[in-house]
Amino acid sequence: MKRATRIAEAVEMIPDGATLMIGGFMAVGTPERLVAAIAGRGRRNLTVIANDSARPGLGVGRLISQKCVKRLIVSHIGTNPETQKQMLSGELEVELVPQGTLAERIRAGGYGLGGVLTPTGVGTLAAEGKRAIDIDGQTFLVELPLRADFALIRAAQSDYYGNLVYMLTARNFNPLMAMAATTVIAEADQIVPIGVLSPDQIQTSGVLVDILLERRSSDGSETADRETRRA
Amino acid sequence: MDPKQLIAKRVALEIKPRTLVNLGIGLPTLVASYVPRDVLIAFQSENGIIGMGIRPPEGLETPDLTDAGGGHVTALPGATALDSAESFGFIRGGHLDVTVLGGLQVDSGGRLANWMVPGKMVAGMGGAMDLVTGARRVIVAMTHTAKGESKFVETCTLPLTSLRPVSLVVTELAVIEPRPEGLVLIETAPGVSAQQVIDATACRLVVPTSVPEMPLAA
Repeated sequence: MKRATRIAEAVEMIPDGATLMIGGFMAVGTPERLVAAIAGRGRRNLTVIANDSARPGLGVGRLISQKCVKRLIVSHIGTNPETQKQMLSGELEVELVPQGTLAERIRAGGYGLGGVLTPTGVGTLAAEGKRAIDIDGQTFLVELPLRADFALIRAAQSDYYGNLVYMLTARNFNPLMAMAATTVIAEADQIVPIGVLSPDQIQTSGVLVDILLERRSSDGSETADRETRRA
Repeated sequence: MDPKQLIAKRVALEIKPRTLVNLGIGLPTLVASYVPRDVLIAFQSENGIIGMGIRPPEGLETPDLTDAGGGHVTALPGATALDSAESFGFIRGGHLDVTVLGGLQVDSGGRLANWMVPGKMVAGMGGAMDLVTGARRVIVAMTHTAKGESKFVETCTLPLTSLRPVSLVVTELAVIEPRPEGLVLIETAPGVSAQQVIDATACRLVVPTSVPEMPLAA
């Protein structure tokens, strides 16, 4: 059984310069409480691996707006002018990766593979600096695995073991990232007793989840003392 | 008719029953409005859903259910949610019948550029490179010109999305099909002559002796 970890405590574990994988697609499925707290603490020089940088002040965009990020590995930045601005000014290094390739590189990182071969990107800017291999007359790029120090995961439900269930399009990169990081921090909309989630329903095993964030307090505050709240 | 609506009405005729279809953000999204409701077509969105439905009524949106642009959508009965690796497995693995994407340039070899203008607009390729590489048919839905300049060029000057030629390009002036002999003008829009299309196109077009008028979905 996991202990409910307070958000300040979870964020304290993440040092400047850490590599973070952050779930979500245009902030749908992004653990907003965690991301907001990291931005609020003013962490610096982070490397962030995510699908996109959402919008200014939303999802991964919170970290961009607060200038927490030194290096960003994503498939899309078109919806966040702040990311483009920081990239063009040289403050932020951005590696653009085709979305399917990004998913497979993260999967490879988590599944113990040395990389994947994909036809996507052959002959384009995405192929620059990469090895290409011919197999039966077709060219594939060698795409290397990605891993991170921390994966920040958002789930619809977690049980006390940290077994996770996602909802609809909020699943996206979350289950892949939960496999590919040294420390996995999960934020769930709802925490339920063990047994409520059936084995067939669970999408990420609690074995992978190191830190389960405490539930959001009923008044929405993050810092209220637990004893006070109980009273 | 509004050029974008016209393009969407023509592209809609390319969407066949019992197919899996991905519509890109922007202009391509309009296509869904003109596809008959009574045929079995599943719309896939690369953020992880097969069986996406229209925008929900105001106040009934599900925050965890959006299209790839982050807009609220619904899920039809029988819809399936996917993680990103599965979603792109569908795209790359040959399970997606049609993708409709926007375009910045298409060249005489039928190759598409649609994700970046160096030094200016760097959107990122998102799912576009996987879609153009992996979908069975790739349809580009774009305006014929941008700021008076032809979007058809001899060789793309913008970074390519894929080396693979697209299957069909639909604009407000014409339907153009890349074939081994070059870009072939296969239809003109209502009231548009073949010469007008040639004049608006900055690369060689193969023009058959008779070019039919573009049919449009209701």
